[in-house]
Amino acid sequence: MTTTSEIAMAAAGDGSGRATLLSIRSVAKRFGKNAVLRDISLEVAEGEFLTILGESGSGKTTLLRIIAGFETASAGEVWMGEERLDRQPPYRRRVNTVFQHYALFPHLTVEQNVAYGLRVAKRPEAEIASRVLEALEKVKMSAQAKSKPSKISGGQQQRVALARALVNRPRLLLLDEPLSALDANLRRQMQVELKSLQREVGISFIFVTHDQEEAMVMSDRIALLRSGELEQVATPREIYGRPATAYAAQFIGHTNLLKGEVRARVVRCEAFTWPAALPDGPALFSLRPENLRFVDGSGPTAGSVRVRGKVCHRAFHGATELIRVECADGLVLVVRTSGSGGVRDDVELEFSAADAVLVRESPERI
Amino acid sequence: MFSRAYKAAVTLPPLIWVTVFLLLPYLLMFCYSFWSVSASQTIEHSWNLSNYGQLLQVNVYWQTLLRSMWIAARVTIFSLLLGYPLAYFLSFYAGRKKDLLYQLVIIPLWVSYLVRAYAWKTILGSDGVLNTLLQYVHLTKHPLEFLLYSPFAVVLTLTHIYTPFAFLPIYAALEHIPRNLVEASHDLGATPAQTFWKVIFPLSIPGVVAGATFAFVLSLGDFLAPLLLGGPSGIMISNIVVSLFGAAYNWPLGAAISFCMLLLVVSLLFFSERLEKKWSFS
Repeated sequence: MTTTSEIAMAAAGDGSGRATLLSIRSVAKRFGKNAVLRDISLEVAEGEFLTILGESGSGKTTLLRIIAGFETASAGEVWMGEERLDRQPPYRRRVNTVFQHYALFPHLTVEQNVAYGLRVAKRPEAEIASRVLEALEKVKMSAQAKSKPSKISGGQQQRVALARALVNRPRLLLLDEPLSALDANLRRQMQVELKSLQREVGISFIFVTHDQEEAMVMSDRIALLRSGELEQVATPREIYGRPATAYAAQFIGHTNLLKGEVRARVVRCEAFTWPAALPDGPALFSLRPENLRFVDGSGPTAGSVRVRGKVCHRAFHGATELIRVECADGLVLVVRTSGSGGVRDDVELEFSAADAVLVRESPERI
Repeated sequence: MFSRAYKAAVTLPPLIWVTVFLLLPYLLMFCYSFWSVSASQTIEHSWNLSNYGQLLQVNVYWQTLLRSMWIAARVTIFSLLLGYPLAYFLSFYAGRKKDLLYQLVIIPLWVSYLVRAYAWKTILGSDGVLNTLLQYVHLTKHPLEFLLYSPFAVVLTLTHIYTPFAFLPIYAALEHIPRNLVEASHDLGATPAQTFWKVIFPLSIPGVVAGATFAFVLSLGDFLAPLLLGGPSGIMISNIVVSLFGAAYNWPLGAAISFCMLLLVVSLLFFSERLEKKWSFS
């Protein structure tokens, strides 16, 4: 079929050899004239932690709701193993969701909330009791079993929502920005807990977030969504080190985008040039701030590129500092250093040509 | 914040209004209920409980009170049976037609109560629309007499009139249920029927209690529908109060019955309030 779906298929499974659990095939969704998702193909492996990352309005929640069954796709299919998922109502899918605002039943206690899925499945009461107890212990909420949701904190509601989903032993757990309502410290703590819980239970997680840092910390793979289309699907390391597009490079971490022109295997970009085995024509490069160094007087090393400039802004970030350097022709480069005590205002920068990653231009989309 | 004078200026007028036109009349009525009427048709201001005794001893009074409650109970049940499905459909399935349908439920409330009661008289009478139709299609040979001037006619008319009052609080309660709770229920494997009984209905109980209270209290005190459509067998307690204060000229007994009604209604409101609180979780 389409090339994008082939790329996504090739990237699936992340080389770990795990079997594919969920496969999204050319899914599209439009609300009236408005196309929210376009030709999305994606595979999720057994036990994988996949994050759908994107800005608000990128369609990430819609994609999740299509998998859960709350929305129907306008085109395409969703398969879980040999079973076609997208033709089934949500209550027949072996998928559970942790909602953004938890959606705990306010008239039921914590315990009854967790038991809900097992009760409607008419499991024997003895089994329900033991599984609920086990699930509550796993999320450290046994002490609040008899409380109503309104009597416990946001972080605790979060844990109950997690227990309520996991107690059903789904094959796939969907999490819709579950940490967005928590404050920063609790959020970091929950990221670690959630990740280790996922390892422990071995269930595949699809985690939706707009926070690139959260995505980097938690995921096996990140699917970067932009205006309803997949920009890149790769491991956090890969997507950071080898961003496929200008958008991916800019959205995940800081970067310098260099617009250049290739002629006769030489890249010419503003004030500097370096050799590269590329066809002639315009080219766009991403250069991470930490790949730029201040020259300390030693001679140039092989494959390195140098440029002179003036420091125009410094931003202290704790362990590192981001320094903006204005070079010739108005080009501004951002450099990451660990402590800038010795940096004068007139500087010379250096980077190795191999660190300038060729990226595709990200066209404007409506 | 607001000055003391400003607060007084805002709160005093309604307070005075309530005192003069509500609390004082109630107090006066309460006093009347202990007085009596002399043979010469004057009010004797002697305090005793004979009016309340009469209420218990004279069959027609307590029987009419019981019948009124039974009529009100039936009106309540039918209003809920009509109002709940309507509210549920509107809130969950009406989509873009929601506002239009909501207005259609409200519009009858703009039409005078009296007109609606008379309309039923025209429909149910022996030369009425219904009887004419039944005879025309040869389902009956003679007009059905039980249709008009019967408790049936009163229940039918009051149900028609008070269903919107039952509908409104139920609709409001259903609208307040976060839709992600319904999704969460489906997500956890509950079928639509299970979701209704385990999530939607329990969360709508405050609305049901409020709606039931409206329908019961309003129809319990109604006197126009029984007057126009009730006939002798469809008389309700308010009709008795009206005649005691009017033609019979026995204000003290009328006041005693009114006070019992008031007590009944206030305790009902008290319990429904407690029930609503118990079942609300916002």
